[in-house]
Amino acid sequence: MRKNRTILPEMYLVLLLILLYLPIIVVVVYSFNDSKLFQWSGFTLDWYRELLDNKNIQQAFWNSIELAVISSVMAATLGTVGAVAMAGRHFKAKGLIENVATIPIMIPEIILGMAYLAFFTLLKIPFGMITLVLAHTTFCVPYIYINVKARLAGLDPSIGEAALDLGASRRRMFFDITLPMIAPAIASGTMLAFAMSMDDVVISFFATGAETNTLPLQIYSMLKMGVTPEINAICTLMLGAVFLIVALSRLVRLRRRTG
Amino acid sequence: MRQSVRAKRSKGKNGFSPAVLPLILWTAVFVAIPLIYILGLSFLKRASTWGVELSFTLESYQQILDPQYLKVYGESLKMAFLTTLGTLALGYPFAYFTAKLKPKNRSVVLLMVMVPFWTNSLVRIYGWMILLRTQGVVNGLLIALGIIDTPLKLLYNFGAVLVGMIYALLPFMILAVYNSVEKLDWSLVEASRDLGASRWKAFWTVTVPMTLPGIMAGCVLVFVPSIGLFFISDLLGGGKTILLGNLIRNELLTARNWPMGAALSMVMMVMSLLILWLYRRVTGAKDMEGLV
Repeated sequence: MRKNRTILPEMYLVLLLILLYLPIIVVVVYSFNDSKLFQWSGFTLDWYRELLDNKNIQQAFWNSIELAVISSVMAATLGTVGAVAMAGRHFKAKGLIENVATIPIMIPEIILGMAYLAFFTLLKIPFGMITLVLAHTTFCVPYIYINVKARLAGLDPSIGEAALDLGASRRRMFFDITLPMIAPAIASGTMLAFAMSMDDVVISFFATGAETNTLPLQIYSMLKMGVTPEINAICTLMLGAVFLIVALSRLVRLRRRTG
Repeated sequence: MRQSVRAKRSKGKNGFSPAVLPLILWTAVFVAIPLIYILGLSFLKRASTWGVELSFTLESYQQILDPQYLKVYGESLKMAFLTTLGTLALGYPFAYFTAKLKPKNRSVVLLMVMVPFWTNSLVRIYGWMILLRTQGVVNGLLIALGIIDTPLKLLYNFGAVLVGMIYALLPFMILAVYNSVEKLDWSLVEASRDLGASRWKAFWTVTVPMTLPGIMAGCVLVFVPSIGLFFISDLLGGGKTILLGNLIRNELLTARNWPMGAALSMVMMVMSLLILWLYRRVTGAKDMEGLV
């Protein structure tokens, strides 16, 4: 047969994955480096100890968590209700509404950032957590809307119609049939939105006030000032958390499949 | 009874439902109005001290044609273009080979691509700073291997920013291309091989055209954000590589020239909408399908 298999493709995959992880590994390794400079000079946990004392970073971390939770939940509600209400319906402005609602992730973030800086100044809304939540919710909506919409499009409408035929109200049909079926899409959209909110630099940069810092903004200003290995330490902890969550969700899924 | 069911059902298909209102309201207030507001701002006159004067002018739009700014647009487009090319060159083979793996390995590889993506993007850029510094890992390695004697200046230049951009946006390209390679009907490739096409020819005349939607989607997903990411050029370019994103940031926060910042945002907006429009024209996609 023609299948003269070589190992080249696998080698390429491994090589690129190594490149993908290289900067991350470097950050982790240097979080244990006993020197502020870039030479390796022994193992230490000093930066983790300093992190425990650094109230600014901790405050920024909790701000980011609060912001991401509120924004992704608000966006999940708005996006899900919107997608369900639009599914299978036809009215003139539908396309327009969808396009405008998904603009935030279609154009470079800095445009929306600048728009919020100007708009919230005009409305005299004090910059801080409130403006951050408004901005983040807006750019989180598309992730949920698009996910739920795709899921709804793949659903068999006859199941819902069967429920209606059997006398269920539209409300009952939504809560007993539609919602359980789109739940995975809502969950994955919300997770993506949460991750995007936790990671956002550009929009937060414009939408926050002097008093409120998010973790990415805190890291950004520390990076601009110079070398602070505490960043490596907090990044390593966050990486650990991400890997833990991924591993756990894999485990749960495997369990469910086999058990 | 049947009548009422039909009524219920047809009511559902009817069109506008009031449940759409929250989304419409939110979108209008926090997407449409702010964007229209900066469009308006871009036509206003800059006040002598702070803010804007309420008088119409095309001053900002005359200024954006200044040769100094034109150079920045050129640089930005060059960066975006090279970033797109780089992610495509690295990402296409990656996605292609991944799609040919056993299903079990496939999901592992895709997960491994996604995980760094979920970690803080600044951290990954910081990793590159450590790698590329004059006393950094790459230079250390090259000297240890005897390839160079004196450390190279790898950081704070165009190349470093390009590396950071490609690195940050590569997962978008991989996932977009993967989605279309996975859907590819391999029997068509087989057929062309059976009809005597070489591997290479089959790839270029069958596989590539059939995965074009994924390639296009990936290019849009990489090109558009790469015009606006100011923090990568800030951190890896050391302020020497000024892109459109940096320019807007500077106009807003340093020069405090809001009309100018707004006009530049409009330039960027037109650029990205043009690309989205092109994407739709070429692929025939109705909405943003395939993009997210």
